Amino acid sequence: MSNERPETGAFFQRDRQWQPPAYTPGYKTSVVRAPQKALISLDNTLSEITGPVFGHSMLGALDADLIHNFAKPGESAIGPRIIVHGRVLDERGKGVAGALVEVWQANAGGRYRHKKESYLAPLDPNFGGCGRVITDADGNYCFRTVQPGPYPWPNGVNDWRPAHIHFSVFGHGFAQRLITQMYFEGDPLIWRCPIVATIPDRAAVEGLVAALDMQATIPMDARAYKFDIVLRGRRSTLFENRLEGN
Amino acid sequence: MVQSLNRLKESASQTAGPYVHIGLTPNFSGIKGVFADDLGAAMVNDKTKGERITVRARVIDGTGTPLKDALIEIWQADAAGLYNSPSELRGAADPNFSGWGRLASDMESGLFEFSTIKPGRVPFKDGRLMAPHITFWIVARGINLGLHTRMYFADEQEANAQDPLLQRIEHKNRVPTLIAPRDGDVYTFDIHLQGEKETIFLDI
Ligand SMILES: [Fe+3]
Repeated sequence: MSNERPETGAFFQRDRQWQPPAYTPGYKTSVVRAPQKALISLDNTLSEITGPVFGHSMLGALDADLIHNFAKPGESAIGPRIIVHGRVLDERGKGVAGALVEVWQANAGGRYRHKKESYLAPLDPNFGGCGRVITDADGNYCFRTVQPGPYPWPNGVNDWRPAHIHFSVFGHGFAQRLITQMYFEGDPLIWRCPIVATIPDRAAVEGLVAALDMQATIPMDARAYKFDIVLRGRRSTLFENRLEGN
Repeated sequence: MVQSLNRLKESASQTAGPYVHIGLTPNFSGIKGVFADDLGAAMVNDKTKGERITVRARVIDGTGTPLKDALIEIWQADAAGLYNSPSELRGAADPNFSGWGRLASDMESGLFEFSTIKPGRVPFKDGRLMAPHITFWIVARGINLGLHTRMYFADEQEANAQDPLLQRIEHKNRVPTLIAPRDGDVYTFDIHLQGEKETIFLDI
């Protein structure tokens, strides 16, 4: 965490025209899981502007190395080696320091290590599929993994997920909590995916597509993708609202 | 033309999907040895101040079926009404209480059981006290953007009647969807995603 005074302003109102709506029949599971009544709007109270913090000391040496964190000693996960790096920012463009970024993904063949997974692609005995990292003072993060494969899923008879990495991000307040997915530049499956298509705005989808970053690759070792994540901004508290008489 | 505000847009949300447990509760999902513990699995220890309670929650879909692949995070004040967060400027919260819990639902029953303490009261923006409550955040396959709601306590009738959020809810017949009944030290909170009993969700 930085030495800056903690911020206590309310978060910018979420743009619900930009975020996917709850009811998206092209993604069938949403149909019975989408609330149908209007949300109740609440300008943030202390319960929303506060949130837990996670210290760098919590992290293990291999937490951000999915190639090795489940592998047997001396072995490594199979697949195209990549580095994923970027910044966690807020809507004001400020880096979010100390953000916890948790990731999970399928292996290079598109198979998850999960008891409910039924895809016939094989498990990689050296790949677990989870990792985590905490951003530095400027909001930067970086982890190493193998590029996940695309996989089929039961929605339409022939729906395939584009290659993706799931991201869960903790910023500085519980109202900033966000889960999203990172896609890979150039993947033709992105524009055929019913889950991607829950996002109404093409520019919002493009914001989830990581760019191949040849300047950050490690020659003869790993390619790099750059993926920035934007959390909600926060209002200034220079002039607090006070009721008359308070 | 005018100057640009130069703001960015929040990254679009995508569903947590059916395999959220791999990333957020890997030990629960059977991936051992990567992280020592699942974050948020234990909220209290021997020294935590406050009344010990269990919050037993379920997330129920529009057909009446409990979700078996959901994940809930809860966030609450300590027994004195202080949050364990840098943005809490009123005082130091109980160091033995993080205030944050994370659980996956039981894969057979869909039940969540949080062992926690009853929170104290926290002020609203205008200084009035809110009733004790726990903030809930729910994600799952089929949920495109995490859902926020609050759980209030049925045995806090007086405080609930004065709560600034509960007071402003127009449809009073929906208020009970936020109030968990008590049986012994167990509060039961059924979160209905749809239907007659649809829980009030918040745009916070
Ligand atoms: Fe996935």
